[in-house]
Amino acid sequence: MGLEPLGLAKEGAALSKGGRKPKNVSAERTNWPAALIFAAPAAIFLIVFLVYPTIYTIGLAFNRGRQGQFTQWVGLDNFTQLFTNDKNFIDFSTFPPSGAIWNNILWIIFYTGFVLALGLLVATLASRVRYESLIKAIVFLPMAIAATALAVIWKFVYAPEAQTGLLNAILGVAHVGPVSWLGNPAFVNAALIGAGVWASVGFATVIMSAALKGIPAEILESARTEGANERQIFFRIILPMVSLPMSVLAVTLIVNVIKLFDLIFVMTNGGPGTSSRVIAFTFYQDGLSIGQFGKAAAVAVVMLIVLIPVMIFNIRRFRQAAVV
Amino acid sequence: MTTQNDALAGPAIQVRPTTLSGRIVQALNKTPIHIALGIVAIIWLAPTIGLLITSFRPRSDIQATGWWESLSTLRFTLENYSSVLTAQGLLGSFVNNLIISIPSTLLPLTIASMAAYAFSWVRFPFRDSLFLIVVALLMVPAQVAFIPVLNLFKPLGWTQGFLAIWLVHTAFALPFGIFLLRNFFITLPRDLIEAARIDGAGDISIFRTIVVPLSVPAIAAYGIFQFLWVWNDLLMALVFVQKNTNFPMTLAIQNLLSQYGTEWQLLAAGAFLLMIVPLLVFFSLQRYFVQGLLAGSVK
Repeated sequence: MGLEPLGLAKEGAALSKGGRKPKNVSAERTNWPAALIFAAPAAIFLIVFLVYPTIYTIGLAFNRGRQGQFTQWVGLDNFTQLFTNDKNFIDFSTFPPSGAIWNNILWIIFYTGFVLALGLLVATLASRVRYESLIKAIVFLPMAIAATALAVIWKFVYAPEAQTGLLNAILGVAHVGPVSWLGNPAFVNAALIGAGVWASVGFATVIMSAALKGIPAEILESARTEGANERQIFFRIILPMVSLPMSVLAVTLIVNVIKLFDLIFVMTNGGPGTSSRVIAFTFYQDGLSIGQFGKAAAVAVVMLIVLIPVMIFNIRRFRQAAVV
Repeated sequence: MTTQNDALAGPAIQVRPTTLSGRIVQALNKTPIHIALGIVAIIWLAPTIGLLITSFRPRSDIQATGWWESLSTLRFTLENYSSVLTAQGLLGSFVNNLIISIPSTLLPLTIASMAAYAFSWVRFPFRDSLFLIVVALLMVPAQVAFIPVLNLFKPLGWTQGFLAIWLVHTAFALPFGIFLLRNFFITLPRDLIEAARIDGAGDISIFRTIVVPLSVPAIAAYGIFQFLWVWNDLLMALVFVQKNTNFPMTLAIQNLLSQYGTEWQLLAAGAFLLMIVPLLVFFSLQRYFVQGLLAGSVK
């Protein structure tokens, strides 16, 4: 209410201008009061909680950072420690490599790959039946659920006792196991990625389904009348035509992986040992929660650097869309 | 309804056969598809339903048999829920979830729609460059902000209350909200807004009486997305809620898990208390929910 007089004064100015000039020209003039009223709250929040902290953290990554303050300049020390001296972060001495970075790479390859493939598969299959929306609602449901709840659901499925865990009960029928899925370093990442895939396929299905519907029916019809079989239609027509939404989706899934934390934290707490750690987990466990702020800042900067190509990709995509 | 139907309905590519034999042949051809989709449905329902059934089973039954064996002889109890709500304090956490989520939704909703209005209908210098900065901020991981923001909050004692979590949730929701709403606001008819200007309406009344009412679908989608995001969040609460009695359910369940790793009756009931609100939102507001998530694919 207190802002109303300001608005009225501005209206008067806009009106008198509108009387002399074409209306679109009056709209091109800077309208300072309105710009301030509408944009200032967001600007303050973004500067205080995003822009300034990002600059601060980048600086802190080159510092010892005791108490989160600038105490002692250490150059690239935090980064060289992370990449050469922290086997929990990345360890190239074994084959395959191990450590948080490596686990993130496993996640990027297998989580992204399976989510895309299963999303496309379920969307394609569902498009052939009348209960399509029901199937899509069922696979989409996990998207609504907290990662913490997903973690409980899947810890229960993976429970090592065959009378509790569904997976071991099923394997027990074939006289296999029981397997300690989350307690064995050889299986834990596969088990976690499985839960992650389950949680995200619905999202991919809904996006791929919308993309499939964008393919004109006439193209498919004419291919069929010209004698193309279903496999040719899928690989020569459908796949190329959904490749753009698929690449956008892949980028989104990779961003999910870089930021992945909740599921790992609740399901395995990075274990057994350190075998299921990911980069965001290292940030919390080895940095923030034990007061190693220089190291934490360096990990955060690594996350930021990995995401910068995505940032550029988004800006390019946005600018192209804006030009068209 | 149109958007949901576009996103969730089938294409009308195939022509349905009209004769009975034609229909039978088509049904037989589709049998593998039906079987595959049946398996998909089971894989995507069984884990959740298993936990739901477990949450109503007595502890002794859970220890003895699997939930899939109990389908015929289910002994139903609400004791797990009452124990987790009272003895384990999840009732308080449920209230904390509401206290955290509601301001953390309404605040960014208001601030982002105002900024989106500025970016679409108010002229100011470097507007488009500033908007590209907002697009870039979409990708900044929250971890980058934690240390300096904690430095800021701790001396003020804000992490002992709810103020810290409200502010960080609001800030991190803004880039996406501004992006989403600005892209919606610019599609509103220019003539309508110019006409209102000529009639003497100021920006505040244009915003309140034209832009916001016409943008309800986009604002609702963003609001639901943000509400569920906050409701389901663990990481921000872990860092910015440092008083036990203020913990939301995600933190409370995480604590339950580390204390009673295999007490499935408590964990199952706790997980469902955490899931109930998102599931209600999903079933009642599916249209907005799907829109919000699809638009949110950049977050």
